[in-house]
Amino acid sequence: MKQQISRRAFLKGSVTAACSAVAGPSLARAAKALEEKVPLATLLDISKCIGCEECVYACQESNADKYPNPEKPFPKMYPDRVPVMDWSDKRDVTDRLTPYNWLYIQSATVEIDGVEQELSIPRRCMHCTNPPCVKLCPWGASKQLNNGISRIDSDICMGGSKCKAVCPWHIPQRQTGVGLYLDILPAFAGNGVMYKCDRCYDRIAKGEMPACIDACPENVQTIGPREEIIQQAHDLAREMNGYIYGEMENGGTNTIYVSPVPFETLNKAIGTGKNTPHLSSVEDKMATGNNLARAMLLAPLAGTAAAVAKLYQLSKKEEK
Amino acid sequence: MTSGQRLIQYTYRLTLLFLTLTGFGQMPIFKRYYIADIPGLAWLAQFYVTHALHYFFAALLIALVFYSGFDYLFERKKQHQISVPGIIKSIFLGLLIVSGGLMVMKNFTGTPFSPMMISMLDLTHMMLCMGLLFYSLYTAMVDKRWVYIP
Repeated sequence: MKQQISRRAFLKGSVTAACSAVAGPSLARAAKALEEKVPLATLLDISKCIGCEECVYACQESNADKYPNPEKPFPKMYPDRVPVMDWSDKRDVTDRLTPYNWLYIQSATVEIDGVEQELSIPRRCMHCTNPPCVKLCPWGASKQLNNGISRIDSDICMGGSKCKAVCPWHIPQRQTGVGLYLDILPAFAGNGVMYKCDRCYDRIAKGEMPACIDACPENVQTIGPREEIIQQAHDLAREMNGYIYGEMENGGTNTIYVSPVPFETLNKAIGTGKNTPHLSSVEDKMATGNNLARAMLLAPLAGTAAAVAKLYQLSKKEEK
Repeated sequence: MTSGQRLIQYTYRLTLLFLTLTGFGQMPIFKRYYIADIPGLAWLAQFYVTHALHYFFAALLIALVFYSGFDYLFERKKQHQISVPGIIKSIFLGLLIVSGGLMVMKNFTGTPFSPMMISMLDLTHMMLCMGLLFYSLYTAMVDKRWVYIP
């Protein structure tokens, strides 16, 4: 920890000026996107990330007032299988996603041009263009804003963790002992509140950059209208002969990674685990339902046609 | 009751049963309360499965409503009159279809609905479903039919 702080201090001192210089165009593009009400997207150039965790600490600092403060002891929940998820005593964990850590750095040791290198990958919510966490939340607690940001309303969320189950990357994290469920039936329904990156929607609304982008000494991330970011990602991928992740995954996301190595290789290198968001390809999770919805338009026609067919048969019978 | 009408009746009941199961399956309750542990019911805890099945049975219900509605107007009206419970259940079904339709629209990319409206739709759809179920139970208990012979 000591080493991290001194490195942070060093990086802060040496690159603040550089950060401010490059934040300008990004901020202008984000403001333009907000004005035009088009989705905002971020581009993450993995080749630039040095894994300093500056973004992680900036995220924690900026969002500290949104973190849960659960009251203990937690109400007894029934049946016994309902898991208590308590991260309130482990707030300084930064090596995975928790209700108190919405962004973390994954490491991958890979070979580039025959040389072994370690790549660092900032991981957080992908902010899907059609987010299952938002669309399938049974209470409307998970919301998508006009600018494409998805966020969980901690005043409404019951902590059922459905958003985590339907998220292709299982991003949201639960904290027991907080939220609306305590005022309803804490023993029998709900289990806290789900937390995840809200891409600093409040800072963006004020015309500021998300904290992680603002703090990055290497300018790993840029933010802007999705179409422009996609174009920029393709240009960058062409330049570095690299690969793109997030453009097509789950039908498209607002977080676009560009890497010098294939994402299949990165995915193998980051390992697997229950709380390790993967980097494998993801089909559009909402597609089956939405295709059925299109087919549903035929249902009134089918019902009407059946009634008309019956009438026709009856009139034929009557004629005979 | 003709065999065709009986088939419609059974299909309607089965559709309502599956719509209720898959609708309540949108909440994370079946796993918590061991219902998904019952052999053959594990699918109730798989959200994408219950979501797709809910759409499938919703389509079936819409087709049934349109068939029954036009069949009544074209043919059955000659001998039958829709009863008050029939009108009330029709209103429930109509509102369920409209609120459900809006929720289906909401699930496409770029929905125009505000988060508040989405919450209201979720709650309205669930309350309408419970209203229809309880009212249907009541009409079954007191033997009030959809139609009567005037």
